[in-house]
Amino acid sequence: MSMSATRIGAVIRKELSEFRRNRFILVTATILPIVFLISPTVTILAIKASTASTVLDRRVDTSLFLPLLIPVFVPALLSAYAVVGEREQGTLEPVLTTPVSAVEFLLGKATAIFMPAVGVAYLMFGVFVAITQIGAVPAVATAVLHAPQLPAALVFIPLLAGWAIWVGLAISARATDTRVSQQLSTLASLPPLAVAALFSFNVISPTFAVAAAFAGGLLVIDGLACFAVARVFDRERLITGTKPTSGSYRTRGA
Amino acid sequence: MSAVSGSSSSPTRPPESAPGAAAAIEVSHLTKVFGPRTAVADVSFTVARGEVFGFLGPNGAGKTTTVRMLGTLIAPTSGSAVVAGISLGPARAAEIRQHISIMPEAPGLYRRLTVTENLDFFARLYGLPRREQRIAEALAAVGLSDRAHDLTANLSKGLRQRAALARTLLNDPSVMFLDEPTSGLDPVAAHEVHGLIGTLRDRGVTIFLTTHRLDEAQRLCDRVAIMNTSLLTIGRPDELRQKLFNRSLAVTTVAPLARPDQVFAGLPGVQSWQTADQPADQSAAQSAARPAGQSAARPSDRSGGPAGPRPAGYVLTVSDPAQAAPAVTRALVAAGADVLSIAESQHSLEDVYLELIDDTEGRTR
Repeated sequence: MSMSATRIGAVIRKELSEFRRNRFILVTATILPIVFLISPTVTILAIKASTASTVLDRRVDTSLFLPLLIPVFVPALLSAYAVVGEREQGTLEPVLTTPVSAVEFLLGKATAIFMPAVGVAYLMFGVFVAITQIGAVPAVATAVLHAPQLPAALVFIPLLAGWAIWVGLAISARATDTRVSQQLSTLASLPPLAVAALFSFNVISPTFAVAAAFAGGLLVIDGLACFAVARVFDRERLITGTKPTSGSYRTRGA
Repeated sequence: MSAVSGSSSSPTRPPESAPGAAAAIEVSHLTKVFGPRTAVADVSFTVARGEVFGFLGPNGAGKTTTVRMLGTLIAPTSGSAVVAGISLGPARAAEIRQHISIMPEAPGLYRRLTVTENLDFFARLYGLPRREQRIAEALAAVGLSDRAHDLTANLSKGLRQRAALARTLLNDPSVMFLDEPTSGLDPVAAHEVHGLIGTLRDRGVTIFLTTHRLDEAQRLCDRVAIMNTSLLTIGRPDELRQKLFNRSLAVTTVAPLARPDQVFAGLPGVQSWQTADQPADQSAAQSAARPAGQSAARPSDRSGGPAGPRPAGYVLTVSDPAQAAPAVTRALVAAGADVLSIAESQHSLEDVYLELIDDTEGRTR
């Protein structure tokens, strides 16, 4: 059976409807980004015109890194709940009795998390840049606007979110408890963020080639992750909680 | 449940013996092992199209595991099956799911979505055309049209069960697996679900009904299978009763017979007899109705109450109750006994179930 856009769309619609009515998700998706925005904004606004250029650069680097936490932590929390949460509330089994394949189900889940997570991250970044352009002293505002991290952040936001989502879904598909899944997902989301931090703080020289290679690597991983996660999405394990002993229905995307 | 009103809830169209009819489900030597534990052992049976098939057994008997294997949720360790005309296996699992529906014991509804939103989600997963119409029909069939836009979190357990049942109707399945469909429903709602099952059978839908309610199975099912890891028996409820229990007559007299052996021995159709245990309240009631002048005491009477005979019961194993009953009546009258009742002993499906389960559990102990 070929992949169905209708089924993927059904999962996306359902997820987004649930997000809108889930207070925990709404709080996670709004409060957390605001917290990550406050610190860099205050830092930038507090810089005086007389600040030395090296100090200015360091503060701008730090401030532009912090908003990158948004596309990592928000989707990590949501994706960690995506499968094990459904399992705990008893809604997974009825879904698995339908023709939806593992790939369709996971793509729908991932897309539904990706859209608000990346949207919020871009929005917060936009708000940050706007506030700094209005409120910061002209030299600082110019430094923020022309920092190489700014266009890099635009590229890395969706890539980091993709990584966090797929890692979270993989863990969620194997975890037996939502809390464990969320803790592990948050931890597993950090490695690419650590690399991004090394760029931001100039530990790794942020040349265009290195950044492009890193982005390309993340893009390939994000693109292939769906099929890799589908391999660990085992209907039998999810329903019975036991390791399958024979040919299971995870093969062929069934 | 307007769509089901007026339909009979008892089997009106029992299919012919399953193996000869077009099969909706064919199971052959199906086995499932979880680690060291065998959940289902070498189970084989066939379910005819349009049949309501009851699947009975104690907790942990392997009923749900069997349903999950047939529903392509888990893979069998060995054995094979054909469901809705499609061989069980990973290659055609999605195709099978398109033609069946499964209602698990827990409704499994999204509590933050309305009833309609829940059904719409599943209708899209099945890729159904005319979704709105299908949803409206399904809701009407289970009597939930007026709650269509309620959040499922606000529904009672019974209404959530109905919403889950509506979900199983969406894709117009040829085979439905219902796991305890009336669990948590009040008697009226349960009766309506029974009516719905009757209507679905009349439409030719095959229903695989897992239940603990033996009265429900007896009323609804054309055939039942009783399992406890392996299949213990399968057949029509009346066949099972006859197969498992000898046919017998229950005779109650006002007072114990002085020489019952002489009365019952040699009567046509009577193979053996024994005294019956009689419930105390029944004895008391019958004692109250006893004609004056009867004074023979029942040997087992140790009540210590006012002296006097109590009704006596006898169970006669017979080859044919219709032939034996008149002869027994004549013999009792000839012996001067006052007869309270003569009737064929009725064994329920529950008797069959308990007999088989007790037997297997006794063997494993």
